[in-house]
Parts: sequence; C-alpha cells; structure tokens
Amino acid sequence: MQPFTTHTGTALPIDRSDVDTDQIIPAEFLKRIERTGFGPFLFAEWRKDPAFVLNRPEHAGASILVAGPNFGTGSSREHAVWALEDAGFRAVIAPSLADIFRTNCTKVGLLPVTLPPDAVRRLMDAVSGDPTTQVTVDLEAKAVNAPGFDAAFDIDDFTRWRLLEGLDDIGLTLNHEAAIAEFEATRPSFLPTAIRSA
Amino acid sequence: MITTGTTLSQKVWDQHLVHRAEGEPDLLYVDLHLVHEVTSPQAFDGLRLGERTVRRPDLTLATMDHNVPTAPGPQDPVSVRQMEALERNCAEFGIELYPTGHVGQGIVHVIGPQMGLTQPGLVIVCGDSHTSTHGAFGALAFGIGTSEVEHVLATQTLPQPTPGSMAVTVDGDLPPGVAAKDVILGVIARIGTGGGVGHVIEYRGSAIRSLSMEGRMTVCNMSIEAGARAGMVGPDDTTFAYVEGRPHAPKGAAWERAVEHWRSLRTDPDAAFDREVRIDASELTPYVSWGTNPAQTVSIAGAVPDPASFDDPIHRESAERALAYMALRPGTAIRDIRPDTVFIGSCTNSRIEDLRVAADVVRGRRVRDGLRAMVVPGSMLVKAQAEREGLDLVFRAAGFDWRDAGCSMCLGMNPDQLSPGERCASTSNRNFEGRQGKGGRTHLVSPAVAAATAIAGHFCTPADLGIQRRVADGG
Repeated sequence: MQPFTTHTGTALPIDRSDVDTDQIIPAEFLKRIERTGFGPFLFAEWRKDPAFVLNRPEHAGASILVAGPNFGTGSSREHAVWALEDAGFRAVIAPSLADIFRTNCTKVGLLPVTLPPDAVRRLMDAVSGDPTTQVTVDLEAKAVNAPGFDAAFDIDDFTRWRLLEGLDDIGLTLNHEAAIAEFEATRPSFLPTAIRSA
Repeated sequence: MITTGTTLSQKVWDQHLVHRAEGEPDLLYVDLHLVHEVTSPQAFDGLRLGERTVRRPDLTLATMDHNVPTAPGPQDPVSVRQMEALERNCAEFGIELYPTGHVGQGIVHVIGPQMGLTQPGLVIVCGDSHTSTHGAFGALAFGIGTSEVEHVLATQTLPQPTPGSMAVTVDGDLPPGVAAKDVILGVIARIGTGGGVGHVIEYRGSAIRSLSMEGRMTVCNMSIEAGARAGMVGPDDTTFAYVEGRPHAPKGAAWERAVEHWRSLRTDPDAAFDREVRIDASELTPYVSWGTNPAQTVSIAGAVPDPASFDDPIHRESAERALAYMALRPGTAIRDIRPDTVFIGSCTNSRIEDLRVAADVVRGRRVRDGLRAMVVPGSMLVKAQAEREGLDLVFRAAGFDWRDAGCSMCLGMNPDQLSPGERCASTSNRNFEGRQGKGGRTHLVSPAVAAATAIAGHFCTPADLGIQRRVADGG
C-alpha cells in the first residue's frame, strides 16, 4: 500500500451523520471482481443531485473528506474505501468512524482521522465557506492544520507506523509463522472443520 | 474495586492469542472463515499476486448468497461472472463451496449454524458485517473487509486491537407479541447506531436466556447496526441442544469434551464490563422503523416523530432528511402507513422459526389486494424443512411468492429489488436509503408484524388481526 506521511489538499465537506457504506458505494457496483475502477461510482445516488457537494466545481479535486459522526457505518464492503481512494481521497476526518470502515482504511492507506465534534464542525464550516482552504493532515505529527485551525489526533503507534511505512499486514504476520504453527498444534481435536465428510 | 474475573469475550479472545506484544495489536487465530462471492475475488487475486496460498482450506467454507436470483429468469452476466470467479477460486485453493443449485447453499450466516459449524468459543470471521450473527452461540464472530479476508486466507489469523466490553442486560418477561427482532431494535434505539463502536456486546438477562437459538441469532445479527464489533450470548443448554447432532458437531467422546469446554465459557460473576446497559423487557413493544438508519424506530402503537422534537441538532437534521426520503409526515400513526411490498427473509429473519411464525399469521388469510409479498428462506435446507411442514402451501395460498434461498431483497444486488418510491415492510436489517433498491423505502419489522401487515395492507400486529397467540418465540 501507498505510504502516508503528510498530505495537503482541499477538502470535501459531507455534513451528514451516519453516512453508510451503501451510500458511499451502492451494492449494484460491488459486482466487479477487480480492485480498481470504483471511483466513478462514489456516492452514486447522491451524485444524481446536481447540488450534491461532490458535484460542485468549487470542490473539484478535493482529497480530504470531512464528515459527520459514525461515517462508514453498515456493510463491511472495502469497496467503499477503494472508491474513495480511486476518486483521489487520501484522508477521512470525522468525529467518529465505524469500526470495520476504519480498519479497511488502514489496510488500504486512506488515513482515518477522528477529531472532537467541535473541531470537525469548525473544519467543516471553514472548508464549506472557502473551498480553496488548504488542509494538511500530518501523520508524523498526528495533527490537522488549516489557516486558523490546528487540531491533534490520536492513532495507535502500530497503525501509524504501518501507514508511514506503507507496510503489508500479511508480510508482518508471516514473521510469526512459527507461533501460528505452534498454536495450531495445540488446538483441541473436537474443533470442527469445513470438510464435507467431517 | 479490583476485579479478577473475565468476560466471555475476553475468554474466547485469550484462548485464540497467537502472538501478543506491547504496542502491537493481538494476533488472533481464526477457527472458521466463511467466504461469499462479493467480498472475496480481490482477496484471492491478492493471494496470487503475492504468490501465497490458503493456509487452512479445511477451516474455510464458501457459498453464494448476495448475487443469487431467488426465482427463475434471465441472469445478470456481471453477477454470473462474480459467482464463476468464486467457483474458480474455491477449486484452485481447495475450498468447500456450496454454489447455487446445491442443497447446502444459502445465506452464509444461516448455513454455518445449520451445518453445526458455528459452535461456542470459536473465532469466526467473514467478509460481511452480519457475521455477528454467530455470536449467538458464544462464538466471537465479526465482519471484516476484503484486505482482512486475504489476510485470513493467507495466515488463518487476524491482527486485532483489543475491544471494549459492553453488557446489554434485558431482564424480565417479553410482553406477548414482542419478538427477538423487537428486542434488538429496542436495544439499538436506546444505545444508537454508534453506541457499540469499539465494543463487543454481551447480551445477558432473563429475556435473552428465554430466546431460542434462532431468536438469539436475530439479536446478535444486528449488533453491527449498533456499531458493535460483535455480539455474543453465553452458551447454555439451549445452545448445546441446538448444536447436537448437526453434521459438523462433535460426536461421541469429542462431544462430551466439547460441552465441558463450552460450559466454562461464561462471564465470571466478578468480571467488570467497560459499559453496561440495562433494559426492562416489559418496556419493549413491536417496533417499526420510520427513518433511514436502524435507530430511527418507534413502537407500532406510535406515530412518525416530529424532527423538531429532537434536542440534538444532528438527530434533528438526520430525522428531517429521513422523513423527506421516506415521504412521511410527522404525526402520522404507524398503523396508517401502507406498504406496497412485504419481504420476509435475510440473515436476520429467514430461519425456520421465522417462517413458522409468519405462516401462523397468514394461514387461511389473503395478502391484501395490490400488495406484493414474498418469503425467501435463508437456505435451501430451511426451504426444504418448511416444505416438509407445508409452510410453502400456507404462504402460496395466502398470495406470497415462495422463493429459493439468498440475500434477496435485503440489499439491491440481485433481481429482488424495490422500485423508486416503493414502500416495504421488511424483516431485514438495514433501512438505509436505497438499500433494497434505488429510491426504495424500507420499514424494518419482525416476521410477525411483516406477515400481519401483508394481510391488513397497513402496519399491524397479529393481535390486531385477532390472533392472540404469543409470537415471542423465534424472530
């Protein structure tokens, strides 16, 4: 995955709570068996409204999404993160994020940032008022900055390190191959297998 | 106060620790990995790209559910391509697959328990958020994304940050007509769509204990709708009786050892939860959702709320948006709302008990003229069982469509969809905008309310139809 150190860009404000992954990418677009090409279907239904913020020319090229609480709720579809990534987004900032969505972000390299509700409100108002506002998300410093805006965010050290380095989880886990094999040797024999004749 | 006890979820967690180190997420072993056609193709591609293989195909089970048509008709070539990809991937990596047309096929969260693969104390994952269903058995079961699916295929493990623990205790007797679905809708209404974020919920209390396994599955299924990472119920004799004798259940001496282990899987009396919520069962009623998230529900005896009545501006705006989408006016009595379609199915409410409850309501009655009604069993084995009991005849005689197994109208991904503006009473789990088809309007209800509504043509309970039987069992 692409490493994330620091990123500066304009922001797209989605001022709604509980934006579910069905809105981010509707189910009809989940039939692709490829990992790419989901960007054009990002917010496909809401996008049909010409007034929807993603359609507004002043927000074209935005690379940071600012959203209301519980963003990414619902379905586990990683396609939601792929669609955001494919559409050019590098970070999502919200007062809270759904667990699976947040994890999916960290696997893909889209930085999930949670800030206190009042901070997100101020940032939302700033980028809505002036869409050219340059927002910087700095993972090394764990900070979000914009003119007149400065907020620190928390992220666990392991995830931060993995994102900074762009490391693949599977490779890291396979360093523990011996521990996995050792664990397997101790599993009770009454545990089930999926083998049909079992 | 210092407590030394541990919770059920902590016990299962600790028993699956492969590696723990300061400053790293725990590495957990996965006992069962369920796979379906939608969230797996890119994971298999990733394996091939990384020149990796599936570590434990014997602990991996695949089926087709999201895309499958539930009635004969032309097949969408894009869906077919996705199902064929799963077939190829399972063949290449040696994974058991229950494809369309196979008697074992069904919704992934219905077939695991039905086969006896879902057992207490297991760690179960699947690229589907409703994996929480399996927690009804005292398994730690959670939904994952496609990158994590690839990780489990390659390593049979998953790095996971430690979750918080949350007890949701429902004590007392459920009032007549209150189903498991109403219990979980009541829980979500109280704790909110984000109320469980970062936590594993353990459902406790006499009302939960009184539920059948299928009812417990309905409750755990919608844990994700409260934002929780997983939902669990401590295993008990109800659990063991359900598992015993199923094809993949332990047998003979292995059964005895398994049950002995399972009996140890309970939260210690002196264990402390990070959060506790208590609900008096007698306060629960049949619920109907009026909005576009699963916390936006009201008693069937109530009315569509006025957004102005919400103090929190976020809830107020959300309610305003929801009412505009749902084309509902504040103050409208729920019983005056008339759906166009009734859908009985989904991983929440498509098991045999759900179908029995619904069939009891519609037996000898007719679906209201002009209303579309369908029943989609959760698996082909549920379908066969229902047909042995004659339930298909009851539904057909009443005017319901009787379908093959699949996710069907729970999500707009197969031919079963709502049309723009169409209003549906649905036993599924999500009332998001467009969830059941573009522009479709979903009202979440229990199977009993769905069935009664199909007959009356407006939201109602079996009691409204003069059916006094207690329908609390099942979904």
